Amino acid sequence: MNNVSRRRFLKITGAGASVAATAGVLGSLPGLRAAKGPVEKGIRTVPTFCDLCFWKCNAIATVKDGVLWKIEGNPEDPLSRGRLCPRGTGGVGAHFDTDRLRAPLLRASVRGEEKWTEVTWDEALGHVAEKMLKIKAEYGPEAVALFSHGIGGTFLKHTLKAFGSPNSAAPSYAQCRGPRDAGFELTFGEAIGSPERTDIQNARCLVLIGSHLGENMHNTQVQEFADAIGSGATIIVADPRFSIAASKAKHYLPIKPGTDIALLLAWMNVLVGEGLYDKEYVAAHGFGFEAFASEVLPFTPEWAYPETGIEPDVIRETAREMARHRPATLVHPGRHATWYGDDAQRGRAIALLNALLGSWGRKGGFYQPASMNVPAYPYPPYPKPARGKVDNPDHRYPFASEAITTGIREATITGKPYPVKGWVVYATNLIQALPNEAETIRAIQALDLLVVVDVVGSEIAGWADVVLPEATYLERYEELNVELFREPFVALRQPVVEPTADQKPNWWIARELAVKLGLGAFYPWKTIEEYLDHRLKGAGLSLAVLQKKGLVSAPRPPIYYEEGVPPQFATPSKKIEFYSVQLKDKGFDPVPRFKRPAAGPPGSFRLLFGRAPVHTFSRTQTNPVLAQAMSENEVWLNADEAERAGLRTGDRVRLRNQDGVLSNPIKLKATQAIRADCVYLVHGFGHTAKGLRRALGKGASDAQLVTRYETDPLMGGTGMNVNFVTLEREA
Amino acid sequence: MARLGMVIDTRRCVGCMDCVVACKTENQTPEGMNRDWITYATRGRYPRLSMTIQSERCNHCDNPPCVSCCPTGASHVHEWGGFVLVTKEECIGCKACLASCPYDARYLHPDGYADKCTFCIHRVEKGQDPACVSVCPTRCMHFGDLDDPESEVSRLLASRKHHAVLPEAGTKPRIFYLE
Repeated sequence: MNNVSRRRFLKITGAGASVAATAGVLGSLPGLRAAKGPVEKGIRTVPTFCDLCFWKCNAIATVKDGVLWKIEGNPEDPLSRGRLCPRGTGGVGAHFDTDRLRAPLLRASVRGEEKWTEVTWDEALGHVAEKMLKIKAEYGPEAVALFSHGIGGTFLKHTLKAFGSPNSAAPSYAQCRGPRDAGFELTFGEAIGSPERTDIQNARCLVLIGSHLGENMHNTQVQEFADAIGSGATIIVADPRFSIAASKAKHYLPIKPGTDIALLLAWMNVLVGEGLYDKEYVAAHGFGFEAFASEVLPFTPEWAYPETGIEPDVIRETAREMARHRPATLVHPGRHATWYGDDAQRGRAIALLNALLGSWGRKGGFYQPASMNVPAYPYPPYPKPARGKVDNPDHRYPFASEAITTGIREATITGKPYPVKGWVVYATNLIQALPNEAETIRAIQALDLLVVVDVVGSEIAGWADVVLPEATYLERYEELNVELFREPFVALRQPVVEPTADQKPNWWIARELAVKLGLGAFYPWKTIEEYLDHRLKGAGLSLAVLQKKGLVSAPRPPIYYEEGVPPQFATPSKKIEFYSVQLKDKGFDPVPRFKRPAAGPPGSFRLLFGRAPVHTFSRTQTNPVLAQAMSENEVWLNADEAERAGLRTGDRVRLRNQDGVLSNPIKLKATQAIRADCVYLVHGFGHTAKGLRRALGKGASDAQLVTRYETDPLMGGTGMNVNFVTLEREA
Repeated sequence: MARLGMVIDTRRCVGCMDCVVACKTENQTPEGMNRDWITYATRGRYPRLSMTIQSERCNHCDNPPCVSCCPTGASHVHEWGGFVLVTKEECIGCKACLASCPYDARYLHPDGYADKCTFCIHRVEKGQDPACVSVCPTRCMHFGDLDDPESEVSRLLASRKHHAVLPEAGTKPRIFYLE
């Protein structure tokens, strides 16, 4: 047994921890715990919601003698069901992180050198407002764009709209779930959304395609995944890597990277050819089935075998298994779906497979989520921008339903369709989130203003002109979370402890900036409590109730067709579109087709990346609790390939990509658990920003090696699994 | 008297380390030191593989060598529940127990005493589960009285094939893994 001893484990997980500790999880951190009044004694608990990822689980934080102690799931929460994921549990570390930004910073030398002058909030926001007004005067208000991630961007979005800019984008669309959502919109007329409307807990057969639940730690989904395993559901996993999820599977399909559409077509071929699909459902709700059926006719398992490496018998057997459990067979749509540039068509193929199984709208498939009615705050109307959005001129990507970050980046570089001269970046590390770092830097060089609002000084903050330190989620109020889920609820985030230095909540930053821009009329409320109470009163609730309970739920409404939800499809045909006329009209395949991905240079490995359960993107590596659980990433290489190259687990290597970009040194993991034609690493490591002292130089960054990307012609997503690397031993 | 132990369902466990993180925050263990940890064992050749994931910690053995070797009596079996505990005031930091433990479950706390999992006795006494059990998002961990045939842990052991870690060490561990 490959037993990791505890001491060895410590060596791995605690390596290089930078804060000397004598006692306590974080050691003594002078200054952090200075009481601002009489010393608090005893235990108190505060309900709030988590911000370690975007899932927004409801939590209860415990403070002991005035010091934050622990955070646990709120038992009343439908999302966490009283249990947070490891990141949420480690959320205390966000508060104590010694790498946090402490005061507003103004750039003191050339961009990217990370030399700063600490200034007051008045000076920092005054500077930002002055620059924004100058850009507005010269180029119009549309020349300032916002990049943001998560609910925390709400008020900055409001300020930017009040300023007159329509340009606001999040990497969660074009770098993540966008293609999946486009594929489902084209098929069912609705996106999957977040949290995903996947009824995993009731699935009798769960199919995962590259989705590595368990390592990808979306709390509710992982909990339901465990429930599905516990209740004996059949798990089918297609992945080039033997993931944790694969280890739970009855059928593990070791698929060749980039050939998922071929597998999906072959599965559909079997279901149609053997008449195993849900005929009644397809007849009642389907459009263009006959044309679709003739399209998938040539794509037999035998055709798919040389493409995918999956044996025809296995394809048939798994297709029949899916049919056996329908409609409670859930072909999971995944989340991070920007892989090869034909991702919206892959999303559509997944949607179509689900449609054949009749799982959309059905128990054990996809449910219809609901939300409570909490009216928006009655703001004055925004000014109408003189020009439309800059990211997708002339609807170049006709099926993009959200703004495209990389479209704004391109407009910033080219000045077309109009110049973009200011970026406000909230809580998203664009250097690691967008493909091709060099392009991002080129765009930054074309800016008159780059403002970054964040908790830690990430790589994008390093390029900023002004850095604004945000209070962590444990120290601030937030916009309400009006959740769209099985059980609708409204939840409050509220301060548990004070900020550790001169950090401010995003609502305060956005409001003060608006006032300095002369837009005070757009903030009729003076305090966030006033705003939240106003919204809650509109729903018959109050801030006082939410402060006490954390969340208020409504009864679960009907969520399946079998419970009376009317099947409705917001597609042009008002049906499930097996054949898509709107795709055909725009010159795309009306039924997905497989295109073999381009091979890499001889002797190279395709670069794949994914998630670890203890980190989120590139934003948690300095969290002292989570860094103890995982302080660096490893590169997975097939053990036979490693042996051929004379490499062993633990050896330090660098990865060089097809364009000559060389990574930081990274430890090798020689393992049987991956195909021989690819390597894999967890995203978010290999930090280069000087301010991230705990994470600096730990592991390697996949993002740095993603110099190439394939843009999805349907919706502008950036397929990133198209890079290849070789390994070089580090001396 | 209750004989408290743990039953962990390896089929449900995804090795997310929430138990490790929860122990750290609950018990404020020193930086870089952990009272519980995960082992991942992969067998076979690609693509015919299997993997076992286990959340491990002190087994609170029925026959604990760490107790019998302790020169001061600091390591002891608690009268209630049979927890194996350390009275830190009585510990001289000689590390005999660290050496005797076949599970490598102990570390020397920077303050000079041997430290390890307590099964969160401070929580269990209040009727709560240990932190690792109560946090687990996959609900793969169960805690209860192994001597009570009606307890959840006993029923799980009676109904499923299971194993312990290093039973051959003869320490009679009290954590069982369902297969």
